[in-house]
Amino acid sequence: MSGRIHTIVALVENRPGVLNKIASKWRQRAFNIESLTVGHSEVPGLSRMTFTVDGAAHDIEQVTKQLYKVIEVVKITDVTDEQTVARELALIKVATTKENRSSIIEIVDVFRARVVDVATDSVVIEATGMEDKIDALIGMLTPFGLKELVRTGRVAMVRGGTPALPEAPADGAFHRYRSAGEGKPKVGSLI
Amino acid sequence: MTKINGAEIIMECLRKEGVEIIFGYPGGANLPMYDALKKYPDIKHVLVRHEQSAAHAADAYARVSGKAGVAWATSGPGATNLVTGIANAWMDSVPLVCITGQVVSWLLGRDGFQEADITGITIPIVKHNVLVLDVEDIAPAIAEAFHIATTGRPGPVLVDIPRDVQQQLCEFEYPEKVDLPGYQPTVKGHPQQVKRAAQLIDESEKPLILAGHGVVIARAAEELRELAEKAQIPVVTTLLGLGGFPGTHELNMGMPGMHGMYWNNLGIQEADVIVAIGMRFDDRVTGALKDFAPNAKIIHIDIDPAEIGKNVKTLVPIVGDVKAVLQQLIPHVKPARHDAWRGWFADMRQKHPSIAIPETDKILPQYVIKKIYELSGPKAYYATGVGQHQMWAAQYFWGDNPYSFVTSGGLGTMGFEVPAAIGVQFARPKDTVWAFCGDGGFQMTMQELALCTEYELPIKFAIINNNYLGMVRQWQDTFYAGNKESVRMFQPDFVKLAEAMGITGIRVSDKAMVESSIEAALRHPGAVLIDFQVEEIEDVYPMMPPGVSLSDTIDQPKVEQREYAR
Repeated sequence: MSGRIHTIVALVENRPGVLNKIASKWRQRAFNIESLTVGHSEVPGLSRMTFTVDGAAHDIEQVTKQLYKVIEVVKITDVTDEQTVARELALIKVATTKENRSSIIEIVDVFRARVVDVATDSVVIEATGMEDKIDALIGMLTPFGLKELVRTGRVAMVRGGTPALPEAPADGAFHRYRSAGEGKPKVGSLI
Repeated sequence: MTKINGAEIIMECLRKEGVEIIFGYPGGANLPMYDALKKYPDIKHVLVRHEQSAAHAADAYARVSGKAGVAWATSGPGATNLVTGIANAWMDSVPLVCITGQVVSWLLGRDGFQEADITGITIPIVKHNVLVLDVEDIAPAIAEAFHIATTGRPGPVLVDIPRDVQQQLCEFEYPEKVDLPGYQPTVKGHPQQVKRAAQLIDESEKPLILAGHGVVIARAAEELRELAEKAQIPVVTTLLGLGGFPGTHELNMGMPGMHGMYWNNLGIQEADVIVAIGMRFDDRVTGALKDFAPNAKIIHIDIDPAEIGKNVKTLVPIVGDVKAVLQQLIPHVKPARHDAWRGWFADMRQKHPSIAIPETDKILPQYVIKKIYELSGPKAYYATGVGQHQMWAAQYFWGDNPYSFVTSGGLGTMGFEVPAAIGVQFARPKDTVWAFCGDGGFQMTMQELALCTEYELPIKFAIINNNYLGMVRQWQDTFYAGNKESVRMFQPDFVKLAEAMGITGIRVSDKAMVESSIEAALRHPGAVLIDFQVEEIEDVYPMMPPGVSLSDTIDQPKVEQREYAR
């Protein structure tokens, strides 16, 4: 792929199989998804997905058009060229000794990260920020011995007053014939 | 209100949707559906011999009737056998509703007997699919299925229902309105874009209309004709657009593309404005994209926004229903003559009579097809398979009925012709239906002949038998140094086969018998199979080799250069 990293935000109905349908559209055009996060949105029954994908603008546009054809996709926007707030969260487990623990904490403070767990031989650090900040923090911590790393991938929101969903549904919720949750058999779920 | 079971709810839904016919095959997981059938005598069930044929027959029925086709299958192999038929409907934008039985819900994902994850399998080839896990959800799911299949850009929808859900009891209530937040097809074209399109057409000297399946699907043949006549614009129709503009009309130029008319391929390169209506710039139409229509500004009218700019750069995109957009467009377009441009076409057609049939005593396949068209009259319907016979059938089809040429365009499914002809005959019980069959493709679905006897279908099957997988053989001869590998096969005696299936069989190996056999078949009240033993080595021309530009289309070679004349 040639191009740059695009950030795409999708609002989708929270139903079984939706993630599979969406992933299938990317796969068919041979895109590699760099990161993907899914979680509830402000509207009950709708989940919000954030993709980051590497590709040329024209190709990305083609896939987003295809994605919009998935019936459960309510809205999809490429926010790459918008003014956005974008963050990811990382949990980083670093090996420590009595001697170097304070140097590690110093680095953590500089990056405005937090130590969320301390053991005799390791600490877990929580960091949020843009990917380059997380990359830099990891770079600083690696010499101490990186034991485990997890990153959520990017979540993004457009700045200013415009909501992602133009008009709220009349009943305030998006659920079709599958009422969300209560007592019905579920075979797999979106997340 | 009384409670009925899930299977009966399915039947109630089909009745609400005005379904008259189901093509299907029973099995363990859809037995409750079959048990419910007898309570609904107004809905006919046609028992096919393989589920693929259920999907194809329903597909062809939908194309001709304009209603959604309905196919049933059981779980596992029943459902997977539908897959080719679903893909075919997907590629050609045909409204098809498939209802499959699934293993009982507590076995899902545990490799139950005859379990296949059919909603997973069909994701890339359906417009929508859903696994229904509660009897209360059946009616809304089926209402949505019909709504999605038949609106916007039509396509196949699959509803998968576990057997236990078919057996649960529930009150039947059909949703009056389907409201899908993520599905709101655009119908009207953007007024500004419509005006821009009209302006481009008015300013053009060499405008050309490329009309596709969208014209046929949107039932917009009248509007297309009005537009073409008002500004005297030549009309080129794609394979699936055949009939969308009257074949006998003086502005009809026939088909473009790989085996299209020579004049059209050069005409596209010459045009200064192309009005693409309900078509998707398939590679078989465009040839090498970088050299496609170098002089043309392109106006693209399509209901699917994902088609705009997918293959070619569009100057004026108009997303909307073809019929609605044409109705908006026509008043803005000024009457014009375009005499010089139409003269260019007339001149090219004179110089390059692409589909002239050589004089010979041999039975040429295209001669047989042309004779069938001549003798069957303007009201007949045709279903084709895929390959050489399909291309000849398309080249010589100059009919006026938009729904009379049924063919597998996008997917190119060999064997489509037999079940498709069955679907067409059910949709048009009083009209003549021909199946143009290749001797290869016919052997993929010939088991369905039995239906002609069982349901008294008077279909006429014309096997264009060149004793080869002809199109593959043509490619091997053209691009693989004549290495004719795996293109000849043992053939059953098709006449005896017809008789075994309870229908009449005729073998034709003498040119003098061609007309009389066609006439006999047309006179015969029942189904007839004619095995036309045509010239083995005859290639389809014109031909645009793959990967080259339309300008490099090869027109007809001279007769003396042909294999059978040497």
